[in-house]
Amino acid sequence: MNSQHAIIESRAIHLPQTDIDTDQIIPGRFLTTVSDSGFGEMAFADWRFSSTGQRREGTPFDALRDGDISILVAGHNFGCGSSREHAVWALRDLGIHVVISSRIADIFTSNALKNGLAPIVVSREFYQHLTEHPTDLITIDLQALQLNSAGRTERFSLDAFSQRMLVEGRDQLDHLLSYEPAISDYESRGGATPWTR
Amino acid sequence: MTSASNQDSTPRTLLDKLWERHVVVPESAHEPAVLAIDLHLVHEVTSPAAFSRLRQRGAKVRRPDRTIATLDHSTPTTPVAKSSHGEFVNVFPVIEDADAARQVDTLRHNCKEFGIRLLDFDSQQRGIVHVIGPELGLSQPGMTVVCGDSHTSTHGAFGSLAFGIGTTEVSHVLATQCLLQRKPKSYAADFSGQLSPGVSAKDLMLFFISQIGIDGATRHAIEYRGPAITAFGMEDRMTICNMSIEAGARAGMIAPDETTFAYVKGRPHAPSGAFWDSAVTNWKRLTSDPDVTFDRSAQFDASQIAPMITWGTNPAMAMPAGGRVPQPQDDSWRRALEYMGFTAGQRISDHHVDVVFLGSCTNGRLSDLQAAAQVIEGRRLANDVRMLVVPGSQEVKLQAESRGLDRIFKSAGAEWREPGCSMCIAMNGDRVQAGQLAVSTSNRNFEGRQGRGSRTLLASPITAAAAAVTGRVIDPRDLAVDGVASVAV
Repeated sequence: MNSQHAIIESRAIHLPQTDIDTDQIIPGRFLTTVSDSGFGEMAFADWRFSSTGQRREGTPFDALRDGDISILVAGHNFGCGSSREHAVWALRDLGIHVVISSRIADIFTSNALKNGLAPIVVSREFYQHLTEHPTDLITIDLQALQLNSAGRTERFSLDAFSQRMLVEGRDQLDHLLSYEPAISDYESRGGATPWTR
Repeated sequence: MTSASNQDSTPRTLLDKLWERHVVVPESAHEPAVLAIDLHLVHEVTSPAAFSRLRQRGAKVRRPDRTIATLDHSTPTTPVAKSSHGEFVNVFPVIEDADAARQVDTLRHNCKEFGIRLLDFDSQQRGIVHVIGPELGLSQPGMTVVCGDSHTSTHGAFGSLAFGIGTTEVSHVLATQCLLQRKPKSYAADFSGQLSPGVSAKDLMLFFISQIGIDGATRHAIEYRGPAITAFGMEDRMTICNMSIEAGARAGMIAPDETTFAYVKGRPHAPSGAFWDSAVTNWKRLTSDPDVTFDRSAQFDASQIAPMITWGTNPAMAMPAGGRVPQPQDDSWRRALEYMGFTAGQRISDHHVDVVFLGSCTNGRLSDLQAAAQVIEGRRLANDVRMLVVPGSQEVKLQAESRGLDRIFKSAGAEWREPGCSMCIAMNGDRVQAGQLAVSTSNRNFEGRQGRGSRTLLASPITAAAAAVTGRVIDPRDLAVDGVASVAV
């Protein structure tokens, strides 16, 4: 579990395409692994590299070479498709700490929050503002739930639990295990499927 | 007590009822609910790192009795040399890809170490995780079912709350048999009327997703209702719920009824004797109350749905199979047409089909194979068409063979293969070559999904079979007796 600073400031990679699915973020052929790290070069592999493995020039990912970029600004409905957490690991291994979009898919959001990757949903208007100022710095305050770029500020929502987990870098399994007595009690009452016993 | 009786009289959705039964700790503004999980299905691709985390913590699997594992995603489907018709052959295939072999061995090792039952290659019960759960009677009404796979929504066909999770959540379920969850919103999708002959559950879903959009049900659990839904058998209901995720839904579900009970009864893990009767009594309560309000709802007339085909790069980009490629509405449509090599206004039947894939957790069950075999029987594959038929499980394979379906497919020139996910996710060596056009009964037509540069058209088993014998995408209802499309193409 990575902890996340409350303030993140960086320029962004912009991927304006809508409905970017997890097969784009990491193609299925890279999933024959037993590890949860080392996916950086596989992130958006078919967008960044030719079929012979040559790095494509002139892609939005060129910006990665110009220094630390930790924010991805992506089109509506980012991360749809498969539940592969490898998609989050790939972005994390690419150095991305925040994804900003006007909508982010449910399972991707859930996976992101467990890996210190902040999924931030902004209005379509503010998303448009960000794409009109693609080279400007973006400042994100996870404590104040506020995002600032090119002279405009946007408030975003993140439920209190997710915010705490992100900022404190806590492992959700620790939290879940703290409920062991309640879980044992639930089980001793027969659970939800008494007929299976 | 007044508040309790008030609560009892408040109309509730099926989702409400499923949720309430599984709340260990209720959700609050500050924290998500702790939700109990009844069934955890495990496969080789999304589990290795989860087991590693348990090992690092010195943790055990809390409920091995509610956990079952199989091998399906990265496993070969190459026909086994000594395969005999209608009989299970116990063969451990050589997995040529070293990474895939390691993944398979890792699951074997993890299951042994943590005491989990693994349906390996020596098991007649092995198959795609979402095919074997129902087949073995593991998936039952009223349950919560999870798996590190987005198509876990399939099991909602039984009136359960079933959803896909990531690897970290797999570790949570292994360690605690619970998950931290916020309750999804409810979505009623009502289908009046009945489907026309030649139109299937897959067409209904492609139509539905094209109407509400690929993110149309994000944060919602869809309940499918109405006469068109209740007329379906369980396998069609599984196809419906399976593709809920392609509309962005957290889950899909159908209230259990006599069709459901008849399917479950007598299966290896189904309750029996007095347990069966009490189970059915319990399951009959699993319906949305008549006057309940859903967060969202949508109504459709099933009789108006035609056989569907996708023309683009996500499942919402679908149209009637006999129709013309639509004019692009936005950049994503333009990009999709460019990737697919299609022009607005043209018929997809202008393009030669290279590959037909019949299988997957969406359409790899016996009824799917039977529907396709009816079209294929007595015909030959069109020139330059490769067709893979991949049964969803060993059980499906054996059932199909005992009915002679394998012979129908093989004599038409198709490949009859071993069970697995195969070309749906293309991580086991079964893939579509760059530039090739594939008609696939699977669930996703994303760019490169079936192999880098592959172009996928999603379709029902009937439409896929018609494409296999004509080499073109046609409305399968136009397939004349002589095997030639009667429409002008």
